[in-house]
Amino acid sequence: MNVAVAVYDVKQDAFAPASEAGPAPKRVVVGFGFWVFLLSDIVMFSALFAAYAVLVHATAGGPAGPQLFNQVSVAIQTACLLASSYTCGLMSLAVSAQRRLDTYRFAFVTFALGAAFLALEIREFAGMIASGAAPQTSAFLSAYFTVVGCHGLHVTAGLIWLAVMMAQVAIKGFRPAVDRRLLCFALFWHALDIIWVWLFIAVYLMGVLP
Amino acid sequence: MTDAPYDLAPGEVSIFGRAARMAASGVGIYTIGLVLAVILTATSFWVANTSLLWALGVPMGLVVLAIAQMGVHLVFFLHITTAPDNTNNVLALAFGVLIVFLVVVGSLWIMTDLNTNMMQSAEQMNLMRP
Repeated sequence: MNVAVAVYDVKQDAFAPASEAGPAPKRVVVGFGFWVFLLSDIVMFSALFAAYAVLVHATAGGPAGPQLFNQVSVAIQTACLLASSYTCGLMSLAVSAQRRLDTYRFAFVTFALGAAFLALEIREFAGMIASGAAPQTSAFLSAYFTVVGCHGLHVTAGLIWLAVMMAQVAIKGFRPAVDRRLLCFALFWHALDIIWVWLFIAVYLMGVLP
Repeated sequence: MTDAPYDLAPGEVSIFGRAARMAASGVGIYTIGLVLAVILTATSFWVANTSLLWALGVPMGLVVLAIAQMGVHLVFFLHITTAPDNTNNVLALAFGVLIVFLVVVGSLWIMTDLNTNMMQSAEQMNLMRP
């Protein structure tokens, strides 16, 4: 019996007992593997968060959080990312229903909101650096640019990934491999939003407390 | 048969609790998640800017709100549940949370301790200032 063929993308309609079920379908294995990657990514972010929390008062006479952070901009960024997470969820639903037009539509909205988030963040960074609050100014600013910039790089990677996935949907259609990649993309995008929750609360909101 | 042969891939909707899933399937789940997340986000911004609350309790309140919002995202967007077909996903998540907790709390604890114990007198601090 060819096990490799048997487990590849089998639709599991009837339940066999766990002891008789054999290896899990590829979609489950891929999703779980990507989930483990995401958790390791979150562990990496936790180290950056710890560094930021330790260095937050090390401003070396330079500007501190309350002078730098613009809450309105942060609120708009948060709204953009949260809304894009929602449309990403709607895109996942369109993918599982194999509705191509809805997939494109929600992917476009997700992309636009993610790009708006990124544009706001870049504008914020540019304004800070222009006003003399560059990463090399103080340990606090080094840690700030590292943790927020790392999230920004993840969002950039996510946008590129989304564009590539839409090209794959257009060219290859909803074949199992593309569906799995779209599942992983949705996981990635939602995980980025979880990291942003901690960023806007631990960095921005706690940074402006008196 | 309640014994699923495999765990679900993370991000997929559980087949358990079918009644609940029917009631709020698809768009409904994401919409509930969005509404809850918006409420929690708005509360966070309010808590950070209000003067009505005890100032020393505000950071703790913000952490609680962040944890709550993380839970909302995990349940409604990533579909991580306590159902039997999610055991592997939940266990991986629990391990990740453990490591994150150790890294963040451990760093803060050690560095605060070092700062307290290595605190120099004001005179020495002034000598070190560039």
